[in-house]
Amino acid sequence: MLLIHCPYCDDTLPELEFSYAGEAHIARPADPSKLSDEEWRDFLFIRTNVKGVHAERWRHINGCGRFFNALRDTVSDRFLTTYKAGEARPDTTTLEAAE
Amino acid sequence: MTDFRVKGRGRVNTDKPIKFTFDDQTFQGFEGDTVASALLANGVHLMGRSFKYHRPRGVVTASSEEPNALIGTTRGKGRFEPNTRATIQEIYPGLKTESQNKWPSLKFDLGAINDRLYMLFSAGFYYKTFMWPRSFWDSVYEPIIRKAAGLGKAPTEVDPDIYASRYMHCDVLVVGSGPSGIAAALTAGRAGSKVVLVDENSEMGGTILSEPSVSIDGQSAWDWLEGAMAELDRMPNVRRMTRTTAMGYYHQNMIGLVQKLTDHMGDVPDGAPRERMWRVRAKEVVLAQGAIERPMVFDGNDTPGVMMAGAAQTFLNRFGVLVGKKPVVLTSHDSAWYSAFDMADAGASVVAIVDTRNELPKALQNAAKARGIKTYLGYTATGTKGRLRVSALRVNPVRNGKVGAGHMLFCDAVLVCGGWTPSLHLFSHTKGSLDWDADAKVYLPGHKTEDVHIAGAGRGLWGIAAALDDGTKAGMDAVKSLGGKAGSATYEVAEDRTGTGITQKELPTDRNPGKAKAFVDFQNDVTAKDIRLAVREGMKSIEHVKRYTTNGMATDQGKLSNMNGLTIASDALGKEAPKVGLTTFRPPYTPTTFGAFAGYHKGTHFEVTRCTPIDSWAEENGAEFEPVALWRRAWYFPKAGEDMHKAVARECKATRESLGIFDASTLGKIEVSGPDATEFMNRMYTNPWTKLGVGRARYGLLLGEDGFIRDDGVIGRMRHDLFHVTTTTGGAARVLNMMEDYIQTEWPDLKVWLTSTTEEWATIALNGPNARKVLEPFVEGADISAEAFPHMSVRECTVAGFPSRLFRISFTGELGFEINVPARHGRALWEKLWEVGKKYDICPYGTETMHVLRAEKGFIIVGQDTDGTVTPLDAGIGWAIGKMKSDFVGKRSLDRPDIVAPNRKQLVGLLTEDPKTVLVEGAQIVDNPNQPKPMKMIGHVTSSYWSESLGRSIAMAVVEGGFDRMDDTLHIPAENGAIVKAKVTGTVFYDPAGDRLKVE
Ligand SMILES: [Zn+2]
Repeated sequence: MLLIHCPYCDDTLPELEFSYAGEAHIARPADPSKLSDEEWRDFLFIRTNVKGVHAERWRHINGCGRFFNALRDTVSDRFLTTYKAGEARPDTTTLEAAE
Repeated sequence: MTDFRVKGRGRVNTDKPIKFTFDDQTFQGFEGDTVASALLANGVHLMGRSFKYHRPRGVVTASSEEPNALIGTTRGKGRFEPNTRATIQEIYPGLKTESQNKWPSLKFDLGAINDRLYMLFSAGFYYKTFMWPRSFWDSVYEPIIRKAAGLGKAPTEVDPDIYASRYMHCDVLVVGSGPSGIAAALTAGRAGSKVVLVDENSEMGGTILSEPSVSIDGQSAWDWLEGAMAELDRMPNVRRMTRTTAMGYYHQNMIGLVQKLTDHMGDVPDGAPRERMWRVRAKEVVLAQGAIERPMVFDGNDTPGVMMAGAAQTFLNRFGVLVGKKPVVLTSHDSAWYSAFDMADAGASVVAIVDTRNELPKALQNAAKARGIKTYLGYTATGTKGRLRVSALRVNPVRNGKVGAGHMLFCDAVLVCGGWTPSLHLFSHTKGSLDWDADAKVYLPGHKTEDVHIAGAGRGLWGIAAALDDGTKAGMDAVKSLGGKAGSATYEVAEDRTGTGITQKELPTDRNPGKAKAFVDFQNDVTAKDIRLAVREGMKSIEHVKRYTTNGMATDQGKLSNMNGLTIASDALGKEAPKVGLTTFRPPYTPTTFGAFAGYHKGTHFEVTRCTPIDSWAEENGAEFEPVALWRRAWYFPKAGEDMHKAVARECKATRESLGIFDASTLGKIEVSGPDATEFMNRMYTNPWTKLGVGRARYGLLLGEDGFIRDDGVIGRMRHDLFHVTTTTGGAARVLNMMEDYIQTEWPDLKVWLTSTTEEWATIALNGPNARKVLEPFVEGADISAEAFPHMSVRECTVAGFPSRLFRISFTGELGFEINVPARHGRALWEKLWEVGKKYDICPYGTETMHVLRAEKGFIIVGQDTDGTVTPLDAGIGWAIGKMKSDFVGKRSLDRPDIVAPNRKQLVGLLTEDPKTVLVEGAQIVDNPNQPKPMKMIGHVTSSYWSESLGRSIAMAVVEGGFDRMDDTLHIPAENGAIVKAKVTGTVFYDPAGDRLKVE
């Protein structure tokens, strides 16, 4: 069971308190009607599915209830960092060096 | 019966004899014995039959990796357990045990015919033997395999035992209480760390228990052990746990421990849990699990009486049992020589030590000579004699790679040692890398992914002195990682038994190796020949070899067999072992009961059961219940002699003719409030909300961004900035999560707040032409006349004095009200309405009647009539989409090419040709019933009921191009080849004009 740091509670807590919420940094288009079918398809269904560092969303559902973002390595299943919703994706190279 | 117990040896309590049974025969052992040690003390080696060939098998180890001595144990009614390891199960008075995989008896087994047919069962036999003819699979092969498959027999009764579960946090968890584990625990404990030391055995000490002749710090090893245990027990920061297996190593130093609490007790205290699962989060972990002795691979190496030399030493020193009086030792490692010496010193006539190595330390040879033990150096073993018990070992000299003539060494036991494999299973669970040590030919721990330290034999170190030093170092490292500093310790060890050895493939033979029954995996009956065959047939990776031969795939996960299998495969492939690979170890370390995993989560505690405030009334009034999401809901209220069909017909009729009362409290409820509440609702739901007046309600439809229906419910506008949203019973949490997601991450600028109020309100639905007559006198603060309070209205008022949100809505097509009152008043209000309603023959109804009544009106249930691929247009509720809205969740998807494509599945009504036939929900629909099979299925039935009001069956279905098939006849293949005909209709079967809502 993973330990996950909630950036809002600023506490590291067991995975049971959290739920996964898909890939991060996929913003809903401001005006979907302007998108072509292909662009809308990509927004709906196309995900990076990376082997390696993945930016993803989690919700502290059995805690403060906030959605936040995380960088997790899909190979080692390790969190590199977590950060608040709306913040830019941190630079992974410095994080990996710190590991 | 001969007694193999040695006076003055072992740690069992000879003052406490214990009787138990094995295959209905009574045996005596002593307190402290395992089933295996007690049977061996009685001269019994034969403890089971093998899985595939049903070959007679004896115990080979003294520990948890035992592959052969698997027994069934009975601890009373419902307490039968198969595959218990006889080497772990402690005896107690009255224990009943039995052998497995035998029929009719252990000594004479008919299944052993498989042994004669071994050519059929060689590697890959599943893939080859049973391939053809195809028709034989169902009738011949499959039943035979089913009958023969499986180890032991599964219990048939519900497990009555209690399994406990707890969490624990500590600084240092030490797994294994041999010398290195004890040293690590002492070091960290003395430094003040919170230490937990666990061991799967009933007693701590590990190797020390089997090596009483070693001395530590001037004391005998056992005295030192006692002192060390006492010191650990004096430290309040140290916890020791025996009979506790670290069965899995999970992320971020979480370790699962299974503690056996009562399996060793004859009299189990009432209510005592059988096992306890500990989920331990340790800051640092020390793995001190030692090493596992490796068998040698030669013809007949599975004959009962052939066992590990280290196990024989343990049986002697820990249990005071000689496994044989005339043993032969066959080894390639120094350690087995000491086993021979201990056996000789305890009175056994050791026939010989046969070593595959040519050169050996003089000291060992002299020690053998001093005891009069013959030694054969540079020899191989090529066969055994004896069927139920070994009576001789055939040995041959190997000179310059040539196997010379063999001769027999007559004996009653063969004690083998093919080297030692560091026990790194838990380390492997962490995905730590294993590095090949080409000299020692073992895998050793490499790169670590967790805060873990490995100590002692797990790192390939040998001897008690080295283990103590390494454990001390691991303890110091752990404390250092914690930011502390631990003092060092040194131990003076005398008479230590260090040594080295070699590892090898199957032993060379002068006989036809193709006929040798040289077992690599005892539990799965895999031989050296099988592994070579797998390689010949193209398996290049050990993962392929494993699956083709099943080597290492039994319950012991190859603890004894993996390295021998790998060595043979790498020889056959002509590649170094690391190039062939290593199979992955996964939790659990040893077989673990389902009970331990389930813990308290069984029966009514498996999931929470949510009950409404009116649930108790329903129970008192004879309701049958059904689970809906986590809720327990009243299903129907049968009167004496009624089945569900009759009860539901009566409830439907009563509601349509006069008055029904229904507990709708499970409906999800979300309060949406704030200055931007309307804007938020406009963005989330398909419907327009801006113009919905305060005091009015509207059916709301929620889509995913993909355009498919997610949820629905009636939504009331309480104030300009406050909506009372209802959701489906099962969808409440999902809808709230989805709304929160949009508020928090897409539209954080909106000033809107969500509150789940599902459990704040009790909701009572009154339906039927007399609903208003009953309700009106209770209402204060609102006019609920037909003119002042039209259909789809909501008021805040009091009902029977309780503050209420009162809706006029209908899920039945009748005049209907839904009264929300604070949950604590739910039952009181229900009872008041019930009393007054009696003069209108008020009828309580459950979910089944609710389903029928809504289906008669064609109202959908999300999740029943929709399945995540249904759009509002498919469901025929396009009217719920706000045509003027520029955007809402899912709107863009309604223009996707797939969504506007013709021939989508659409929701229609179905009326069977025979009105008495009620279709089966989920039944597939075809166009032409005469087409060849497999037929093209064009849809399925989503809802189907008997409608008492219409005097016939009704159904809804999703059908390809359904809207264009009105009045067509479709076909529904039913059971027994029957085909039901049904006509496509609209979905509103009852009162299509909606006149019944307009009761004055
Ligand atoms: Zn939080």
